[in-house]
Amino acid sequence: MKLQRLASAALILGTGYAASPVMADDLTLCWAAWDPANALVELSKDFEAQSGHNMSFEFVPWPNFADRMLNELNSGGKLCDLLIGDSQWIGGGAEAGHYVKLNDFFDSEKISMDDFAPATVYAYSTWPKGTPNYYALPAMGDANGWFYRKDWFEREDLKAEYKAATGNELGEPKSQKELMEIAKFFQEREIDGKKVYGASIFTERGSEGITMGATSALYPWGFKYENTPGKYDMEGAVNSPEAVEALEFYKGLYDCCTPPGYTDSYMGESLDAFKSGQVAMAMNWFAFFPGLYADPDTGGDKIDFFVNPPQNQAGSTLGGQGISVIRYSENQDASLEYIKWFAQPDVQAKWWSMGGYSAHNSVLNDPGFKDSQPFAGDFLVAMDAVQDFWQEPAYAELLLAMQKRLHDYVVADKGTAKEALDALIEDWTEVFEDEGKL
Amino acid sequence: MSLDPVEQVARATPVTVAKKIRGLSDRAIAWIFVGPTILLLLAINIFPLIWTINLSFTNYKANRPNRPVEYVGLRNYERILNDSDIWLNMQATAHFLVWTIVFQVLIGFTLAWLINKKFKGNDLWTTIIVLPMMLSPAVVGNFWTFFYQPQIGLFNYVVGFFTGADPSSFEMLGSVDLAPWAIVIVDTWMWTPFVMLICLAGLRSIPNYIYEAAAIDRASKWRQFWTITLPMVLPFLMLAVLFRGIENFKMFDLVVQLTGGGPGSTTELASINLKREAFEKWRTGYSSAFAIILFVTVFGLASIYVKALNKVKER
Repeated sequence: MKLQRLASAALILGTGYAASPVMADDLTLCWAAWDPANALVELSKDFEAQSGHNMSFEFVPWPNFADRMLNELNSGGKLCDLLIGDSQWIGGGAEAGHYVKLNDFFDSEKISMDDFAPATVYAYSTWPKGTPNYYALPAMGDANGWFYRKDWFEREDLKAEYKAATGNELGEPKSQKELMEIAKFFQEREIDGKKVYGASIFTERGSEGITMGATSALYPWGFKYENTPGKYDMEGAVNSPEAVEALEFYKGLYDCCTPPGYTDSYMGESLDAFKSGQVAMAMNWFAFFPGLYADPDTGGDKIDFFVNPPQNQAGSTLGGQGISVIRYSENQDASLEYIKWFAQPDVQAKWWSMGGYSAHNSVLNDPGFKDSQPFAGDFLVAMDAVQDFWQEPAYAELLLAMQKRLHDYVVADKGTAKEALDALIEDWTEVFEDEGKL
Repeated sequence: MSLDPVEQVARATPVTVAKKIRGLSDRAIAWIFVGPTILLLLAINIFPLIWTINLSFTNYKANRPNRPVEYVGLRNYERILNDSDIWLNMQATAHFLVWTIVFQVLIGFTLAWLINKKFKGNDLWTTIIVLPMMLSPAVVGNFWTFFYQPQIGLFNYVVGFFTGADPSSFEMLGSVDLAPWAIVIVDTWMWTPFVMLICLAGLRSIPNYIYEAAAIDRASKWRQFWTITLPMVLPFLMLAVLFRGIENFKMFDLVVQLTGGGPGSTTELASINLKREAFEKWRTGYSSAFAIILFVTVFGLASIYVKALNKVKER
């Protein structure tokens, strides 16, 4: 009897301990409101079950994401314990002390940055750039890519007409100029009794849209921010003849081949234009591709994807984010626990399977990865040639200056491409002078 | 003998307290009453203003609290006043301000004049007309972006219907030429009822006997309008212009929803740029200087205007 009682007590104690860990915290993870965020909510249920911590999420729509989150960080707010912040914030996050430096934690938990794709570690985790000082774990690889109406591209009548008009085969464009040629072909064409347009591109003025769109043309032409990395010598790089040509190209694409009214369009508008059957091609982040492929009206066998086409070289605009622990959080231990859990290869594999873009080598180098989704191979190609915007602490000033100069030129027809880029150098020079870097 | 309640309270008050109360002058009592309000005003209005003036002479950035703050003298003011982009913002603001006021006064006064006539359904029409000003600017901005959509927008369709133009051939929000007018149209649609209500109050305050006397003197309707109606409504109208002028000088929400300041910077009003400088670029010192310039401008103009208004009222 005594033994029975002892066994019962041990059982109760044992199960009680397993069911409720020593200390359960309420963690809040902040990110942008988009498809991958919903996948992360599902994925994080495993973490809740394993750790006993409760996860809450604060998702902000993209156009307000930077504004909202940077205000939160700058005010020392405690809303977020974990933040999946844009790659460009890493400089400010590190220098202003918003993000916890993760080196010691990575060392103690045997988390190696060598296990993640080098481009993502460089872009999402390190500050100063390329140094082994880590402020985030690569959470979501991303780049700007393209998708198109495969069913239209495969129509024999359109193929023949395109061949007759251009002498080329209608297919995924192999260069930026070919992309424009195809867009022109589709512009204002009647398909199935409906007028359609060439392409939907980013032209948004308020946050980062037109910069992300235009750099998708600038990078393939060989655009550089500086002549010598780290020297801020922009004259001749930012306004190089190649950069001018690329910007003229982007304006040309906007003028010739976009639907009417797309003067302030970004991710949402691009998706709308495509899903409503208005455009033959559209640019957007790879993060949206799983959702697009699953769309019952324009997905499946009606859609296909391609990497941002090269011109003088391969180049894609980098998206994606790393996950950081916020210094003002009162739940830093639990937050680090989440990062440790998230860095595990099996969690990363599940993350990819649910629609998140893992940057873990075990996922990306898996022999089956390329065929796991119709856009998986393109994602790997794109990530090999990504280029990012300035990641300086003053990135917001640099970005807004570029937004203004590009929108003035591309959408508002103000001045020339050369004048826009010259003015941009003046703006950026002023910023770097204020920063004491020039 | 029974004492009245006041006397009872007076007798019950301890002598020491009574002496203290007796020692307070009327002015002191007045200060006790207004003191808390003045303190509150100082805390939420005057102190931030002084602090902003102080910041405007520095290179302070609110997102870099650790960066040393340097006094830069008048450099921020100099940069703003020499910045051609700022002057373009001011031009856009002036265009918006002038034309919204012109249209709102003309249409608002006309509507008030019509509504002032006695006719069936008068109250219903008044209610319908004032509906737009009851909506949130964010909502108005949002649904007008749909109205202005070249492919599906009602506005483009109506214009196309009456002019024969292809509705998708023009972009109200995306065209450099049309966007400044697009925001004027929406603000006029939303705020004309406000001007109308103020004018209506003015019209209804004119006693009928003045018109009767004018009619006996055989004054024409036109003459009655110019010599009775307009002069007597003018103070009301000027008040409406003052309110709308101040409001539209700092217009932000409606225009941000409609154009975000675009295309390019065509509709980037001063307040939109100020917000970008202050809370997106975090140039706190620079934006403080900009805010002070705007404050002085609107305060100066409003003061001159109020003096003119007082003169009109004295006539």
